[in-house]
Amino acid sequence: MVELALPKNSVLTDGKNWDDTSGSSNIKNFKVYRWNPDDGKNPRMDSYQVDMDSCGPMVLDAIIKIKSEIDPTLTFRRSCREGICGSCAMNIDGSNTLACTKAIADVKGDVKIYPLPHLQVIKDLVPDLTNFYAQHASIEPWLKTTTVEPEKEWLQSPEERSKLDGLYECILCACCATSCPSYWWNGDRYLGPAILLQSYRWLIDSRDEATGERLDDLEDPFRLYRCHTIMNCAKACPKGLSPAKAIASIKEMMVERRY
Amino acid sequence: MSSNGSDMRTPLGKVRGLGSAKDGTSHFWQQRLTGLANLPLSLFFMYSIYSMAGKSYQEAMAFIASPLVSVMLILFIASSVYHMKLGMQVVLEDYIHGEKMKILLLILNAFFATFIGIACIFSILKISFGA
Repeated sequence: MVELALPKNSVLTDGKNWDDTSGSSNIKNFKVYRWNPDDGKNPRMDSYQVDMDSCGPMVLDAIIKIKSEIDPTLTFRRSCREGICGSCAMNIDGSNTLACTKAIADVKGDVKIYPLPHLQVIKDLVPDLTNFYAQHASIEPWLKTTTVEPEKEWLQSPEERSKLDGLYECILCACCATSCPSYWWNGDRYLGPAILLQSYRWLIDSRDEATGERLDDLEDPFRLYRCHTIMNCAKACPKGLSPAKAIASIKEMMVERRY
Repeated sequence: MSSNGSDMRTPLGKVRGLGSAKDGTSHFWQQRLTGLANLPLSLFFMYSIYSMAGKSYQEAMAFIASPLVSVMLILFIASSVYHMKLGMQVVLEDYIHGEKMKILLLILNAFFATFIGIACIFSILKISFGA
């Protein structure tokens, strides 16, 4: 939905300042979005002073340090800490990215951390990705065939396999989807860049036999054509992929099968 | 995204919704087609404005009435007005979320574009065939 102002109970307030107690001279300030569904209060920005001499290089290292040593109530998702699980996607220094691959040194001044934009917040930095995952399920992201299964495996030439490069690497972190204004306004009907890139990964797979049905399901003013080539998706992707290019290729297929 | 407490459909049910419209490609294609056509047509339009500058009323009328100019201007009007209609439709679909309001505005958009287009083309024809 287009909303120009935040609802009253979502307006950010100043939070608590957690001053450094180590006496270190190498301090970095982290401003973190906090919201607790249980206390009935507005979201707030807490400020944490973190001793960089005893902290790892990445933003995730800092927020783990905050949780372990300063404020155990800080809530966020994380798992692999090496950019392959997609759990720690959040908005850092104004861009959606993975906290585990974002270097603190790359942020000038205070490090501002918010949850991924325009999703319902469950708590602190944890957004509700239910709709996003349901959209992924809706494109049926698995190999679909009618031909009797071969005894060994479905064959694919190296050239055909290379078409999946730049697509299979997507880790579904939702950085791209939640950076897309079109997804902000119409995320209930528009599939968004991540899911469309995933969809193209199956459309272009030489082994898949359901290309036509997949295109049928996508051909919709909202599901596909809400993409207006804004390109935020390609800019945000922490894996360096281009969902915008994948979407353009889907549109090309749509036109190609008509003429 | 709206969170409606009384909506107990599953997330997948909501996403599938009313299913695919199996449409949108013609809109996409026509928007690009008219966009491409607008390129030379608007150049011609600018040229025609330029060549009428400083001319008398009768000279301007005579210029518009010449067959090639009339045809080119009519093409320009048809292509650009249709392009405008398609573009406005996208804006409305993007930003208007009340279903009734959206349908109403889409209708008004179609009526407005048709009226403007027909009125402009009629004017050219009137000049062309002599008023």
